[in-house]
Amino acid sequence: MKYIVAIIQPHRLDAVREALTGFGVSGMTVSEVKGYGRQGGHTEIYRGAEYKINFVPKLKIEIAVPSATSEQAVEAISRAANSGKIGDGKIFVFDLLDVMRIRTRETGEDAL
Amino acid sequence: MIDSGDTAWILTSTALVLFMTLPGLALFYAGLVQSRNILSVLMQCTGIACGASLVWFICGYSLAFSEGSAILGGLSKVFLFSIARDGLSGAIPETAFAMFQMTFAIITPALIVGAFVERIRFSAVMLFSMLWLLVVYVPVTHWVWGGGWLAKMGVMDFAGGIVVHATAGISAIVIAAMLKPRKGFPDDVHPPHAPWMVMVGAAMLWVGWFGFNGGSALAANGDAAMAILATHLSAATASLVWMAIEWKRFGKPSMVGLVTGTIAGLATVTPASGFVGPLGGVLLGLAGGLICYVAVDFVKFRLRIDDSLDVMAVHGVGGITGTLLTGFLATAAFGGAGLETGVVTQFGVQFIGVASVVAFSAIASFIIIKITQALTGLRTDAEAELQGLDLAEHGETGYRL
Repeated sequence: MKYIVAIIQPHRLDAVREALTGFGVSGMTVSEVKGYGRQGGHTEIYRGAEYKINFVPKLKIEIAVPSATSEQAVEAISRAANSGKIGDGKIFVFDLLDVMRIRTRETGEDAL
Repeated sequence: MIDSGDTAWILTSTALVLFMTLPGLALFYAGLVQSRNILSVLMQCTGIACGASLVWFICGYSLAFSEGSAILGGLSKVFLFSIARDGLSGAIPETAFAMFQMTFAIITPALIVGAFVERIRFSAVMLFSMLWLLVVYVPVTHWVWGGGWLAKMGVMDFAGGIVVHATAGISAIVIAAMLKPRKGFPDDVHPPHAPWMVMVGAAMLWVGWFGFNGGSALAANGDAAMAILATHLSAATASLVWMAIEWKRFGKPSMVGLVTGTIAGLATVTPASGFVGPLGGVLLGLAGGLICYVAVDFVKFRLRIDDSLDVMAVHGVGGITGTLLTGFLATAAFGGAGLETGVVTQFGVQFIGVASVVAFSAIASFIIIKITQALTGLRTDAEAELQGLDLAEHGETGYRL
């Protein structure tokens, strides 16, 4: 199993969700996060003064998938989240040791 | 003889002007600071409103408006004790007049809050504001509106370009300079935390200003109606001017910029509001929008004074600009009510009014700030500034999300 963490542009969330549910990813966790990468920050101007916004708002999506569909999921996210502009984010893939569904105590892929 | 129409209008205006401070100005300022300082700003505005009310009750009203010398009123109305229930001020109850003027005494020191946000001690705010009300606002009000020496000279200040905006603006820049800038100013301070709140506050000020300027006619008559018309047109014009400048300069028109223009237009039309016509209102809006915009940059980047929310540039410069233009735009040629003297003579009087009040406010504020510094200290420590005044000064958190 793989655990996929993707940092994406906030306005791409719906597209990413649709792409993932399209091939059976049945759940995800989304957090509002702030950060910067190559995009750096941006500037905002209030009353003529420029303010550097170093940490840009992003969304962090976390999903767990069977190893067999991991590549497909990464591909789906990267297509849906791609606007072609700097600041589109990154996808991280981790090996996932185990999962438990708390209600039924199922473990492993049964719990995904 | 009491006029019920006039009385109803002044009672309404009184509510409108109080609404300008609570919560209009408070929200306007609160949106412009960081989220960790929102409560401190709301608290400063509310605390000043309460304190100013009692100072007005104790001796403020008496020293401003009762019989006295050319410099200061007398003590015949201390504690508002000798004001009879059916006593009159013109055709309205004197209680209505005293209360209407009280709301002006509330908003004027509250305007200065914009100069010292995010770094001042709350005790210093309260002490400074009350001393300021007595030492600066009360005498100047007497000079201009209470039969003092500027009134005798014929100065025109319909609703407070000199009394409210010039006094507050100059004192703001003095205290901002003495308090020193916030950490990181000017290149590394934090942006407004809630521009939408700034708009809500500005809109309340805009509506409340109808009572401020319209009520200053002290009657429900043509002057009041014309004052509201000119006031509204000035606000709309200055908003568009500010928006257009930012659009051209930065590529995008901003919400904070537009409503800053609104306030600039409102401050600028204030001294002239009951004397000019609709065209005068538009021209004052044009002038206020342009000149205040330039003044914001000038104070921040040339003088390098952290008048954090631009009290001097928007209120002070706006009020002074309007006061100096009043004589010209009040003439019949611009659709105004006309002058009793020549245009040049009137300009001279307006200039003396502005110059003397600016000089007096600056010097008196300097002394009051020194006294406050000695008694309470001015700044919070660096740790409190970093933590935010909400928690450090008031033990509360603005947002628990």
